[in-house]
Amino acid sequence: MVSGTDHTPDPNVYAMMDVLCPMHVVLDASGHIVHAGPTLRKLLKDASPIGARFNELFEVKRPHIDGTMALMLARAGTKLHLQLRGPQRTDLIGVLVAFPPGGTLGPAGGAMINLSFGISVVDAVRDFALTSSDFAATDLTIELLYLVEAKTAAMDASRTLNLRLQGAMIAAEEKAYTDTLTGLKNRRALDYVLGRLLEGEHDFALIQLDLDFFKAVNDTMGHAAGDHVLNDVARILVEETRADDIVARVGGDEFVLVLPRLTDAHRVHDIASRMIERLERPIPFAGQMCRISGSAGSALSCDYAQPSRSQMMEDADIALYAAKRAGRGRHVRYTPALRQDGGPEGRS
Amino acid sequence: MHGLINRAIERFVRDTYGRDTWGQVVRRADLSFNEFEAMLTYEAEVTTQVLDAIAQVLGRPEAEVLEDIGTYLVSHPKVEALRRLLRFGGRTFTEFLHSLDDLPARARLAVSDLDLPVLELCEHGGGFFSLTCQWSRAGFGHVIVGLLRALADDYGALIILDHKGGGGGCEAIEIRVLNTEHATGRSFDLGARAE
Repeated sequence: MVSGTDHTPDPNVYAMMDVLCPMHVVLDASGHIVHAGPTLRKLLKDASPIGARFNELFEVKRPHIDGTMALMLARAGTKLHLQLRGPQRTDLIGVLVAFPPGGTLGPAGGAMINLSFGISVVDAVRDFALTSSDFAATDLTIELLYLVEAKTAAMDASRTLNLRLQGAMIAAEEKAYTDTLTGLKNRRALDYVLGRLLEGEHDFALIQLDLDFFKAVNDTMGHAAGDHVLNDVARILVEETRADDIVARVGGDEFVLVLPRLTDAHRVHDIASRMIERLERPIPFAGQMCRISGSAGSALSCDYAQPSRSQMMEDADIALYAAKRAGRGRHVRYTPALRQDGGPEGRS
Repeated sequence: MHGLINRAIERFVRDTYGRDTWGQVVRRADLSFNEFEAMLTYEAEVTTQVLDAIAQVLGRPEAEVLEDIGTYLVSHPKVEALRRLLRFGGRTFTEFLHSLDDLPARARLAVSDLDLPVLELCEHGGGFFSLTCQWSRAGFGHVIVGLLRALADDYGALIILDHKGGGGGCEAIEIRVLNTEHATGRSFDLGARAE
């Protein structure tokens, strides 16, 4: 249905355009398609587009106009965002040029629109089974597809490396935060956890716990017995705490426990006392009994207006020494009074 | 040398001769690891040691090994991604030959620190071409010979190749294209993806 022109356009123009712009389409003055490039015909696989109205086959998405010829012509030379109607709603970009009067290049009052896939090109090539001969020799689509595949392959290789490095990093961190003898956390892990809790202004209880009489076990029964006792102590401390509590070994027979969310001094006292009670049960080793005990001092973050790591560690330490002075095998909660006299009245 | 190149050599040995052979190569080359990482860079000597070790373990001349590596890179299913990337070079084998000059630039586009040999194709008419290959390391020309042979199969072209030797890191290869549609090549579906 060619209409709107008295002259016959030179068919050589279309043949040339098929090579240069295989996705072009020629419209007559009423917006009907009079010619379509070979790749565009491939996209419209079912029906021949000749004679169809352009806006029946393509929807103009942006600018949002109804696709009538007058409105389209007003957008000549600017970028149009289009979408293929039909089952495969592929996004396209296009640009329209109006034919000059005279009708030798194309129908007078009509226009030529060149289309391209834009960013949807990767999917479109698959959906329409396009090959390199469907694109103009100067079109960069093939290079773009090459780049997408090459970058994907390179990214996959990088991802493999990243996963491997991440695995190695986790193992190294785990090692760096672990006391190798007991499997408890070490001082580095403790510093990290305390830092995180203080930064997040979360409340927690801090308990310093020293073993009593451990040196005697080491000296009289040997290091193997000492190591055995330390592992038993580690097991007891872990059993007496919750999963997200931190139990760290920070010295030969010195332990620090961090109990997040604990603000009740009586509960802290109960937990520490129960631990000490269990530590005092004789530990069998090579037919002999190892007898130890423990002293503990605690500080609660909720007792401070601005809790700091060094202040709390120092205060828990003062309480710990108060517990030792009071005869070991007990827990003392820090109170400022301990600083003045350190007497038995500081006992929790 | 880029890890991708070392990794390709490793994959060639593993996929063609098995992991035991690769283990022998690792020991003979005295590597402190048993797997190359594709995205790391290694000292140039490492590649030389590995290639020497492969030639010794397999009891074959290095030139033959290099040629087999080239063939492996295009024809083995495990490196299908590379075959696809090469096929982007052209619709026909002749077009592909003309894309070889762009090979280093194409490689850099994907992996910016990957240095490939500088290739220069000269067409002499009558299906007769010559290709010069320049690189820091001699012997890459043999890889190209293996690669071109396998790609000609891939395109379905019939060709004759001759490595003319060379010195100073510059090698010459003669290519005679007898028939560009000798056989049905393997298909190249633009929209497909290598697994």
